[in-house]
Amino acid sequence: MTALRENDTPLYDAESTRVYDATDHDMAPEPLVSDDATRTSTVGLDLLTPEELDELGRELDAMRVRLLAELGQEDADYIRRVMKARTALEVVGRGLFFVPFVPGAWLGGVASLSLSKILDNMEIGHNVMHGQYDWMNDPELSSKAFEWDTVGMAKGWKNTHNYVHHTYTNIHGKDRDIGYGLVRIDPDQPWHPAYLGNPVYAMALALLFEWGVLVHDLERDRVTRGEETPEEWKARNAGTLAKIRRQLLKDYVVFPALTGPFFLSTLLGNLSANLVRNVWAFAVIFCGHFPADVESWTEEEAENETRGQWYLRQLHGSANISGGRLFHIMTGNLSHQIEHHLFPDIPSRRYPQIAPEIRAICEKYGLKYNTGPLSRQLGSVAKKITRYALPPRKRGGRGFFDREWTAPHGR
Amino acid sequence: MARRGPIRALLASRYVHALTTPHSVDHYLDRVHPMLSVHQVRAVVEEVRPETDAASTVVMRPNDTWRGARAGQHVQFGVEVDGTRRIRCFSVVDSESDTRDRITVSVKVHPEGYVSQHLKEGLRPGTIVHLSQAEGDFVLDDHVPDHLTLISGGSGITPVMAMLRTLRDRGHDRPVTFVHYARSRADEMFSDELDAIARDCTWARVERIYTRDPDPTAAVEGRFTPDHLDAFAIDAARHPTYVCGPAGLIDVVGETYDKLGGDLRREWFKVPTVDLDAEDATGTVTFEASGRATDNDGRTLLEQAEGSGLAPEFGCRMGICNTCSTRKVHGAVRNVITGEVRADTDEKIKICVNAPVGDVCLDL
Repeated sequence: MTALRENDTPLYDAESTRVYDATDHDMAPEPLVSDDATRTSTVGLDLLTPEELDELGRELDAMRVRLLAELGQEDADYIRRVMKARTALEVVGRGLFFVPFVPGAWLGGVASLSLSKILDNMEIGHNVMHGQYDWMNDPELSSKAFEWDTVGMAKGWKNTHNYVHHTYTNIHGKDRDIGYGLVRIDPDQPWHPAYLGNPVYAMALALLFEWGVLVHDLERDRVTRGEETPEEWKARNAGTLAKIRRQLLKDYVVFPALTGPFFLSTLLGNLSANLVRNVWAFAVIFCGHFPADVESWTEEEAENETRGQWYLRQLHGSANISGGRLFHIMTGNLSHQIEHHLFPDIPSRRYPQIAPEIRAICEKYGLKYNTGPLSRQLGSVAKKITRYALPPRKRGGRGFFDREWTAPHGR
Repeated sequence: MARRGPIRALLASRYVHALTTPHSVDHYLDRVHPMLSVHQVRAVVEEVRPETDAASTVVMRPNDTWRGARAGQHVQFGVEVDGTRRIRCFSVVDSESDTRDRITVSVKVHPEGYVSQHLKEGLRPGTIVHLSQAEGDFVLDDHVPDHLTLISGGSGITPVMAMLRTLRDRGHDRPVTFVHYARSRADEMFSDELDAIARDCTWARVERIYTRDPDPTAAVEGRFTPDHLDAFAIDAARHPTYVCGPAGLIDVVGETYDKLGGDLRREWFKVPTVDLDAEDATGTVTFEASGRATDNDGRTLLEQAEGSGLAPEFGCRMGICNTCSTRKVHGAVRNVITGEVRADTDEKIKICVNAPVGDVCLDL
């Protein structure tokens, strides 16, 4: 045929035997390519044969292709419904701060505005900026244009999160999301006496999460490590101060001033909503990555990995939280962190739909599928934060003084 | 519709943006009603009527964000089909005196064209469409020269029809020669109106050439040749001329005018044509923002951009992280993972997993 084919006609054939090998054209992310091209990655080799890993990669690639082909009106309607809810909650929340003398109005305002900010950051912002809705070609839902209601800029986050974290998931020295440079959350992070404050740091990070993410995304350490000149660092983060100023003005000056005599009450309301959003986002993200049984890898292990190994690393590097539909939406469907890590740019409403299939694939290959209720995952994270405040125990040791009080180097 | 009032001016101001940041005020207004937008142009479809067997006319009422169009300009017309906004460029065919309150486009159905088919078969009155402001400098000058020539072929009639209608409504009275090439009268848009103009407007010479089904009384036959200018008493060197139509027509008219030293303004319609069976990579990849171009060598757009000395942002290079997402101005691309081909105008693509199919223009 010589003419332009329709965009809505899939050019692949789901029934055909053609192998969808996504590695055909992608260069593996550069730092993961070993100098020694013959060396193979060991990710997952303790669990599956290389052939099984390839088969896993093919199976998940085929699922990805199928999901992409299915996207349509329902997904568009869904995200627009969420946007409508977000906007309504914000208008109601801010409106209630004008009548704080009505019993329950202030608390209702905080609740409504918190929910709005949570939807904005999680189900809308996080997912839109992954490019989950770029196929809609709607400028409002474009990953390049979207800016979210938090002090950090979308630009920096898309680098540290979309690129660094999602490509190098749980690789020590590459994935900067492991503990956010503040909390020791993994036994392979070298211990240091400063980590005795681990639980306090985690609590502070939870309360100030949007600021923690901002600092994380600025990557000031690139300058201290000499990877960037101060000028380059400034240029890369241009606009940050303006964004912070706009966010602070809106929540702590303009809207409080608009409510006149209730300035302080509105300011406190906005502050509370930001805190609620921070704690919630922290909880969801930590539960998605740091409960017990989540694995991490060294750079050497992950070098030269295949598509299947990349998928396996995503699968065993994240954890789900079980719950109801509304709960999933409020987490931005990051309660399906496993599905999100396998297919970060597929619209999030598809994650609960494919979760049973992913589970079945895990069962077929004998792989772990880490999930549990919020209380259990949260408890597991809290336990880790407390345990890793202390140095690793000596082999066979039981008591506090059986610990190695020096930082282990390497593994 | 009323011009932008004080309320809309306030809504579009930075004071209101201080309240809505980081979102735009349209983000909020959209949730109430899309036509309330103050930055984005929206229009509601009022009528869809067949123009010929293979062309339809869409009449729209814009909101007052719309600043009107000059005769000959086009709009980017975005309509959502199955969740995806498809954007195409269409000429506004209205007389300039009408384009404040109304936007009309007349679109020929492209046999493989998703949007043009949808306009004919699927678009219903009441649908809200997303438009750009009017664009393009293929427009009538404020002072129309004493003797003007308009030449068009096929659906290239649309911008020059807007010019002819504008001249009629302005009470223009100096000579205008309007030459249009269509396959047959049945394929010709606006036939009745052209008859009326030929009858009523003494200043207008309206010549229509049916290339497949010639009119025995017509002065000339077949596709454009330089002889046609003589037959219609057009002095290329002295009569400024606008031409719009298929590339073939524009090429021949252009060569003729170049030779005779005439003032010719040209407008092409970009229609992507794709040969998927061709194994060899063909076409040119154009990087609009940097003004560079390279012959398509079949690699991904990211690799070809890098090969041309550009350094686009990228992340994973495997279609995961979306860092490289770039606006494709026009052209068709094939996703190297899924095999999917996309040919929409003005859409975002991940350049690390898309290879060009023929000519592609990127905003890089």
